[in-house]
Amino acid sequence: MSLIKQTGGYVPRDRNWQPDALTPAYKTSIKRSPQAALLSFPTTLSEESSPVFGHKLIGELDNDLILNHAQTGESAIGPRIIVHGRVLDEMGRGVPGALLEFWQANAGGRYRHQKESYLAALDPNFGGCGRTITAGDGSYELRTIQPGPYPWPNGMNDWRPAHIHFSIFGHGFAQRLITQMYFEGDPHIKLCPIVDALKSQKAVDALTALLDMHRTVPMDSRAFKFDIVLRGQRQTYFENRKEGL
Amino acid sequence: MIQKLDYLQESPSQTAGPYVHIGCMPNFAGIDIYGGDLGAQMKTGAVQGQEITINGVIYDGTNTPLRDVMIEIWQPDAAGLFPSANETRGTPDPNFTGWGRAPGNMETGEFMFDTVKPGAVPYPDGRMQAPHITAWIVARGINIGLHTRIYFDDEDQANAADPILSRIEFPSRIPTLLAKKTGEGAYRFDIYLQGPNETIFFDI
Ligand SMILES: [Fe+3]
Repeated sequence: MSLIKQTGGYVPRDRNWQPDALTPAYKTSIKRSPQAALLSFPTTLSEESSPVFGHKLIGELDNDLILNHAQTGESAIGPRIIVHGRVLDEMGRGVPGALLEFWQANAGGRYRHQKESYLAALDPNFGGCGRTITAGDGSYELRTIQPGPYPWPNGMNDWRPAHIHFSIFGHGFAQRLITQMYFEGDPHIKLCPIVDALKSQKAVDALTALLDMHRTVPMDSRAFKFDIVLRGQRQTYFENRKEGL
Repeated sequence: MIQKLDYLQESPSQTAGPYVHIGCMPNFAGIDIYGGDLGAQMKTGAVQGQEITINGVIYDGTNTPLRDVMIEIWQPDAAGLFPSANETRGTPDPNFTGWGRAPGNMETGEFMFDTVKPGAVPYPDGRMQAPHITAWIVARGINIGLHTRIYFDDEDQANAADPILSRIEFPSRIPTLLAKKTGEGAYRFDIYLQGPNETIFFDI
């Protein structure tokens, strides 16, 4: 008999894969990046635990950005899409019960935020936020409109590729992650200083969702597939031994 | 061909951007949805232990407050138990969530948490850690969320024996991890992203 015990701590972050804090082409990072070395230590109970977000938390329309801020009988304007995928850990196991929160600009590239000043019109039926919790196999889906690209103050003519922001809460605070999903074929991906913080084409590809005709709803919505990977927890095997021996 | 280690790579991080509030605290951003923002309240009833507040500002390398930041904290209850699904050491305080999420004020950058003083929890080798709160900071210009810890400047003995604090290469930087007591049940924890007072950030 063997017992698998997932208390071996989380596998360290691969800092050669994750973006650096300082990426000068993304100008704001220059004064917001720590300069001293990070202090490395193994995860402890504080990082190996996390709050519990029950499925009861989620309302019926929380993952439907087309309807969750729309007046009755109306819906958000823009290309209707489904985004779906799985939340996995580095060992390839599905992560059930993960909280996903997402936010995005509307089809014109405009956010609903008091500090947003882009001249594209607000859509009265679009709030731009949603959330869901992954199912037992780590799968999730949401429905929204495809966001537009938008200009931002960095260089004189920088535009963000169309993207959806994702915040992911797994089973340990060590897994906490915020990232962005891009769309296959967007020519702005190659031009964006924020995307360029990523260290390799492989890393860019890991954030680029593919058109998924299998999940498209004919005459209704196209679909894009976006899997998310969280840090994995080491497994410790005890073979016919009591813990601690 | 030799075998492959078929592990996956963690999804790369990207900045939370200037509008993180829309996704994570939409009511604060003026979007009336969900019936309230997650993490805004850490207490759901009468809690055990000492109730405390922690206030602070996060400064960039020009000493300007970050006014578009989001900070999350996670901590055990007053007895040192986490309100987590994998807590096996006892029953945590049912009226305490352990998790808080706060924005920096849009004018001043000030954040505030209304919580309890955490109990001590063990390090993996069994030694006790000093009471602390783990914190995570995201904002525009931050490519990957910054982890740090909030310890307390009125816990001298526990801090001196803490397995992590006692291992820090530059002891002069330890005060950057100490919340300063400013009154009964009140602490201040300012965070500096750069400069001579740069806060210690963790690679955990
Ligand atoms: Fe954005």
